Amino acid sequence: MAAPFSWLKPEPYGLHVVPADAWVDPARPVDTALVTHGHADHARGGHRLTVATPETLAIMALRYGVLETGSTSVAYGETVILKGGVRATYVPAGHVLGSAQILLEHAGERVIVTGDYKRRADPTCPPFEVTPCDVFVTEATFGLPVFRHPPIAEEMAKLLTARQNDQGRCVLVGAYALGKAQRVIAELRAAGFTDTIRLHGAMERMCRLYEDHGVDLGDLQPVAGVPKAALANSIVICPPAALNDRWSRRLPDPITAMASGWMRVRQRARQRGVELPLIISDHADWDELTQTITQVNPTETWVTHGREEALLRWCELTQRKARALALVGYEDEDD
Amino acid sequence: MERFAALLDALVLTPSRNAKLALLAAYLRETPDPDRGWALAALTDGLDFPAVKASLIRSLMAERVDPVLWTLSRDYVGDTAETASLLWPEPLGERLPAPTVAEVVETLHATTRTTAPAVLADLLDRLDVNGRYALLKLATGAMRIGISARLAKVAFAQAFSVNVEDVEEYWHGQSPPYTPLFDWAANGAPPPRTDLLPLFRPFMLAHPLEAESLDLSEYAAEWKWDGIRVQIVHVAGETRVYSRSGDDISTTFPEVTAALTTPCVLDGELLVRGAHQGGETGGAASFNALQQRLGRKTVSKAMLTDSPAFVRLYDLLIEDKEDLREWAWEQRRARLEALVPRLDATRFDISQVIPAKDFDDLAEIRSRARDEAIEGVMLKRRDSPYVAGRRTGLWYKWKRDPLLIDCVLMYAQRGSGKRSSFYSDFTFGCWNGDPDSGAELLPVGKAYFGFTDEELKFLDRHVRQHTVGKFGPVRETDKSLVFEVAFDSVHASKRHKSGVAMRFPRISRIRTDKPAHEADRLETLKAMIAD
Repeated sequence: MAAPFSWLKPEPYGLHVVPADAWVDPARPVDTALVTHGHADHARGGHRLTVATPETLAIMALRYGVLETGSTSVAYGETVILKGGVRATYVPAGHVLGSAQILLEHAGERVIVTGDYKRRADPTCPPFEVTPCDVFVTEATFGLPVFRHPPIAEEMAKLLTARQNDQGRCVLVGAYALGKAQRVIAELRAAGFTDTIRLHGAMERMCRLYEDHGVDLGDLQPVAGVPKAALANSIVICPPAALNDRWSRRLPDPITAMASGWMRVRQRARQRGVELPLIISDHADWDELTQTITQVNPTETWVTHGREEALLRWCELTQRKARALALVGYEDEDD
Repeated sequence: MERFAALLDALVLTPSRNAKLALLAAYLRETPDPDRGWALAALTDGLDFPAVKASLIRSLMAERVDPVLWTLSRDYVGDTAETASLLWPEPLGERLPAPTVAEVVETLHATTRTTAPAVLADLLDRLDVNGRYALLKLATGAMRIGISARLAKVAFAQAFSVNVEDVEEYWHGQSPPYTPLFDWAANGAPPPRTDLLPLFRPFMLAHPLEAESLDLSEYAAEWKWDGIRVQIVHVAGETRVYSRSGDDISTTFPEVTAALTTPCVLDGELLVRGAHQGGETGGAASFNALQQRLGRKTVSKAMLTDSPAFVRLYDLLIEDKEDLREWAWEQRRARLEALVPRLDATRFDISQVIPAKDFDDLAEIRSRARDEAIEGVMLKRRDSPYVAGRRTGLWYKWKRDPLLIDCVLMYAQRGSGKRSSFYSDFTFGCWNGDPDSGAELLPVGKAYFGFTDEELKFLDRHVRQHTVGKFGPVRETDKSLVFEVAFDSVHASKRHKSGVAMRFPRISRIRTDKPAHEADRLETLKAMIAD
């Protein structure tokens, strides 16, 4: 009998599902790619066959053009049978629209690859579902006990107060174009903010895609073409890279805000030149990571991309079997 | 305390000086006494709680957080107080009301080393995460948020529409929470008196010279001596020696303190006797010799005999009760020249004006100055009054050109503050022989500035990609990158394995074009030793 889980090999460029010759979120083009979600460090173009949720496939099509080669669409809760009889089931991960954990079953063993996930409510995607498994491959982007994301309502209140206090200026919120931007907009709407929200050009198509998938974002208009004075007291959303870019000079003395879990640490905010840090993340914070491992209660926990060391230490302290996967190609995105 | 915490956060995140001033001024105007005075002292490092040290924070956390998780967190965040504020376990149940700044200060003043852990824990329990950060920063006296004493004084002046020079002047006789100062500025009470006490007067400082040339009929040139700038004050039978930052160092240099008996305020360079600077007789030793005497609270007899201190005078601010600071430099200089013969000649001499014919002549004289281990040249407008701080156009410093050497990057450590998470402290070395026949690199210095933000990103990436070993927060690199290191001087040192210690080393250029084995050898550096 083969050693436990030997059918799943962590290689530098992704997790290799050997009997299916498929890869989870591979960092380079492969034959068969199982993609957890649409962020660029997980979903890359150029695979012969991409297996993902319909939302993720739509996002990839928007980013890379129509997938020239094949794709297989798997809705939440659906299972596909891969080569070698490996079963892959896509389960909501609560990270962004279309994000999934992938449950892989082979030889009587169950492995979950989470991709990225969070446990907080998010009006733009269904919540993470706890699913029993033998091996839980978890992300660890915010895998340090200093990361505790505050309730999002507090951060929305900070944003709305800053706007209220300085009506001659506008608030410019740097937010990742896929997921974070739409979540911030939806949360603003939930907080009762009904004014037009202005978008950087790079945000528009992704917001439309979200709306096409039934996420109501209210009145959105491009910044382009609006005179400077008319932008006073408005909320503008842009990608983080545009915050201190020449682009932002068209805005009336913007208060630079950034929606990111990294904003928990003052010097990170300072390094980015952010005046108004908004601690909003689409990743699990320390409490969510440890809570999730406890709830899933796997036989083994494999930790990947992020601050693996601290989470491994926690597993050691709580007497859980764990290991780090040295996968390359994942970045600390501006999340 | 919440208002103070919010102020701290806003100051950390506000890059613009004017916006910082506005935030601070608003706080000073709107906060009642004595909170605002304590806050001001905290921001300008005017508070000290001997019972609370950074080690106390670490031991409090050690009782609450796993040591490995603590170290990983501290290393990531780059700041002990902030890490502790984030990791502090929230108390169960409802939080007690937050303390005021004054309450925190009184409580911490009253603590002893024995009671400190419980007292600090109790205060931490009463604050939210930002409040805890503010408390720990205040308690350990390590704000480092870019608020200089000068900026605080400008903000104070702005808050109450008073003159900043007056604030500078009255500030020094006062201690926190500065109630008489607020009474004067906010409530129109008479200002605190300064003429009866041996108080510090703010120094006049110089800008680096950027002009190609200056007209020496308008500017006088003096040597810039390589010691420490001091102010010596004698009034009503008392003498004080102040360092550039206004610290009282009278007891560190008792021979100088005892030597002044004339009522006056003098500005000069404190040096140690030797045959190095200013010729064979009456000369000074190198900065290295002076360094042995800095930072000591008591001075041994041997030290007073072997390395006696004296002051080379630059300026005269007040003589008897006459304030000369409004006078032109030339007039003050005449008064100083007339005063010096009446002072103790073993402890005071005058910094000579350099007799240069014109600017080119001065440049020529300056270029020879290295041999005499002088820091450079000062240019002072002949009609300049003595004003606090750096005012454009009045005084310039023209340092001699730095020495240069090519070294190899050996180790890197993460910075703190704005540079936390970046590998920004670099240890570099020179070859102890021919690298092609098995010579080794020996560390010769450490530098953490001289590079741009872009270069820092490059260096950080280089370190991460070329790590061959990790020792706690330190990474050893593969020793492939060459730096051109600029430094002011180099001295023999028994404390370093390489036998040399550099003064003010900084990264002058990153030499990606130069292979490591072509970096300089230790013997080249040793040949530059000045003493």
